[in-house]
Amino acid sequence: MEPSKTRKRALHIENIAKRTVFLFSSISVLTTAIVVYILFSESFIFFKEVSIVEFFTSTKWSPTLRPQNFGVLPLLTGTLMIAIGASLIAIPFGLGSAIYLSEYAPKKVRKILKPILEILAGIPSIVYGFFALTVITPLIRVFLPQTQIFNALSASIAVGIMIIPMVASLSEDAMMAVPDSLRKGAYALGSTQLDVVLKVVLPAAISGIGSAFILAISRAIGETMIVAIAAGQSPTFTLNPLNSIQTMTGFMVNISLGDIQHGTIEYQTLFAIGGLLFFMTLSLNILARWIVKKQKEKLG
Amino acid sequence: MSKIIVEDLNFYYGDVQALKDVNMTIEPNEITALIGPSGCGKSTFLRAFNRMNDFIKNTSVDGSIIYDGMNIVDKDIDVVELRMKVGMVFQKPNPLPKSIFENVIYGPKRHGLKKKHLQKELVESSLKQAALWEEVKEDLNKSGFELSGGQQQRLCIARCLSMKPDILLFDEPTSALDPISTMKIEDLLVQLKEHYTIIIVTHSMHQAARISDKTAFFLNGEVIEMGETGEIFSNAKDNRTERYISGKFG
Amino acid sequence: MKDYHDQLHNYNTKPKVMLNRLFYIILLVMTMFSVFVLAILLYTIIRDSWGWFNWDFITSMPSRKAENAGIYSALLGSIWTIGLTALFSIPLGVGTALYLEEYSDKANHINRFIQLNISNLAGIPSIVYGMLGLAVFVRFLAFQRSILSGALTLTLLILPVIIVSSQEAIKSVPTNLKEASYAVGMTKWQTITGVVLPFSIPGILTGSILGVSRAMGEAAPLILVGAAGYINFAPKSVFDAYTTLPIQIFNWTSRPQAEFQKIAAAGILLLLIFLLTSNAIAIVIRNKYQNRID
Repeated sequence: MEPSKTRKRALHIENIAKRTVFLFSSISVLTTAIVVYILFSESFIFFKEVSIVEFFTSTKWSPTLRPQNFGVLPLLTGTLMIAIGASLIAIPFGLGSAIYLSEYAPKKVRKILKPILEILAGIPSIVYGFFALTVITPLIRVFLPQTQIFNALSASIAVGIMIIPMVASLSEDAMMAVPDSLRKGAYALGSTQLDVVLKVVLPAAISGIGSAFILAISRAIGETMIVAIAAGQSPTFTLNPLNSIQTMTGFMVNISLGDIQHGTIEYQTLFAIGGLLFFMTLSLNILARWIVKKQKEKLG
Repeated sequence: MSKIIVEDLNFYYGDVQALKDVNMTIEPNEITALIGPSGCGKSTFLRAFNRMNDFIKNTSVDGSIIYDGMNIVDKDIDVVELRMKVGMVFQKPNPLPKSIFENVIYGPKRHGLKKKHLQKELVESSLKQAALWEEVKEDLNKSGFELSGGQQQRLCIARCLSMKPDILLFDEPTSALDPISTMKIEDLLVQLKEHYTIIIVTHSMHQAARISDKTAFFLNGEVIEMGETGEIFSNAKDNRTERYISGKFG
Repeated sequence: MKDYHDQLHNYNTKPKVMLNRLFYIILLVMTMFSVFVLAILLYTIIRDSWGWFNWDFITSMPSRKAENAGIYSALLGSIWTIGLTALFSIPLGVGTALYLEEYSDKANHINRFIQLNISNLAGIPSIVYGMLGLAVFVRFLAFQRSILSGALTLTLLILPVIIVSSQEAIKSVPTNLKEASYAVGMTKWQTITGVVLPFSIPGILTGSILGVSRAMGEAAPLILVGAAGYINFAPKSVFDAYTTLPIQIFNWTSRPQAEFQKIAAAGILLLLIFLLTSNAIAIVIRNKYQNRID
């Protein structure tokens, strides 16, 4: 055993290891930098060709057909319809499940339900897309026969179902963080569970729940495969959920399926829409974090 | 010749001064006990000898601790080399989630002792020195967690001894143990001082009186008094020392 | 005062209790809705794929005729891409987590920025990673529409998941164990390999399995980096063109003929068997690991 030699080797390895893990961690920063750079530079070229006013005010979107139109509104309304529809499903059902799991469910039931929700969260969106097309759409058409085969309603229901587990898990975390002493205090005054939930737990967890809702909306905006399969490929400026529509993400998939050449306006369109999508979801994520942080500061 | 000489040592956590102008000499093959009420700086002082304070953010230190011809307070010394010579046993037994064998050989193996038969010899001699060999020699592959609290602490001592250190630091080693385990560890410490220099922080004045040769009394980061243990306990010069020892505060 | 007490004692609690009961039932129904949907979903897929999901389906190449079509090339494509993704993302993710938890000074602005940045990356839609992959791996590095481009894109996508879960696992290593290692003169890296990693490996593994399974189900980013819908050969190198299970399923789902919906369902069944198995493994590891901490 020659300590100085092994010591030297250990120090050498230590140095290499330290540099390596630092290098690894810089990859995540690099990723963000490159995303931002690419989105800006390609969008910049796009907006040299297309006026920004037309982009945000025109109600026609046909970048690959002549005459070309570059109005993003149809894609925005499509995206909006999906996000609103999905929230209407995911928020009440997610919150309801969270309240049940955190305040009512016996331990044994919880132990079974939590993994089931996790499984639901782990199912790929392509599977939900298939489900929307083969189960939800036919069901809708039984009640509303005028519904088109591809429609916003069916896709938004599937997106909503897909993000229920996320809303449930984040809201439950927020409610679990409410100290038990608050609940016990209310029960000691003869409150029912309903009173405790409505007057103690929900108000105390409100910022966490609010941020869960915002993250859910952000997730719905960015959801891709369900809408690509079930919502259609027609960018129509409409708010009728029974119509075939196109979302921003749906357009991005659609244009990528064809053979687009680098440097063409179609290629840049992809990045302009992607940039808008990135900006919208990032803002919502930052907002969600800000709400939680604000609340933490208030509580000291 | 003294083993360690501490001169004008000051230690700060941010703006809070935890040690004030500490001067002390540590003699070889003796047990030096550091006593005083909690928060008096005795643990901070102990952890300065193997630089475990380095893991706490925002600390600063000045003065000197001369050991083996170097000032070990110096930022540029090789702390790893230092810790190989200055072993430490902590308040709560902290066996690693490994077998008894792997616990004892943990340090030497990673410092280059690869030969199996040498490892076996070292594990046996370290466990014997730590008075644990007879109890565990049949099941060296058992997890360290399966031992009792007192055995775990002796395992941690064996882990230290396998590094063949020069100095052993003990940070309240018996505070989590029952009286019988405590007695075993105390007997062990007295045996170990023949080969090692020992510094122990203890919350129990009786323990200091029972096993140590020298005792230093700390209060608010200062050494109020230091001397032969018998002297301190029977004839303290400072009345704060006397009041602490007689249980008037602490 | 007497009046008040009378009032209190005669106070009818029945409506309140009834309301509580009703609320309970509504919540239970809402929770069971998810279970119900999962059951319907699994039932539909098994029903639709009945008779189509067999050994021939797994070992045949895709075909323009539904009766002859199989998923072999997509299965191999998925194994290649996911294997490569795991190979890249786990060391990168665990390394980053080690840097953030063990090496970095948490008060430092740069490190706080890295941490914040990782949380933000986790919230970016997967299709945006596809654009990044298209611009960087397909075009700039000229890897073309290859398995390598796909795997690198998926690596960036799941990196935040692996980093965050590894960080949680590393944080749970008790400080006194690390101290034990440092006190016998170990360097930081020796402490990491000797104590930190052995202790946190179950948590890291759980997070990695969940992250990699997510990559396995992803279609959107791979469409952007050019995974093809129709491949009738087995990939031989990382530079080959490829398709994956989700892409193949998407391709079949988009066809109007009813038979293709059946083989899409068979493809989904295969994908779900993989994913549910790996999720179950992850959940089992985690539960065992939680017991150890308790």
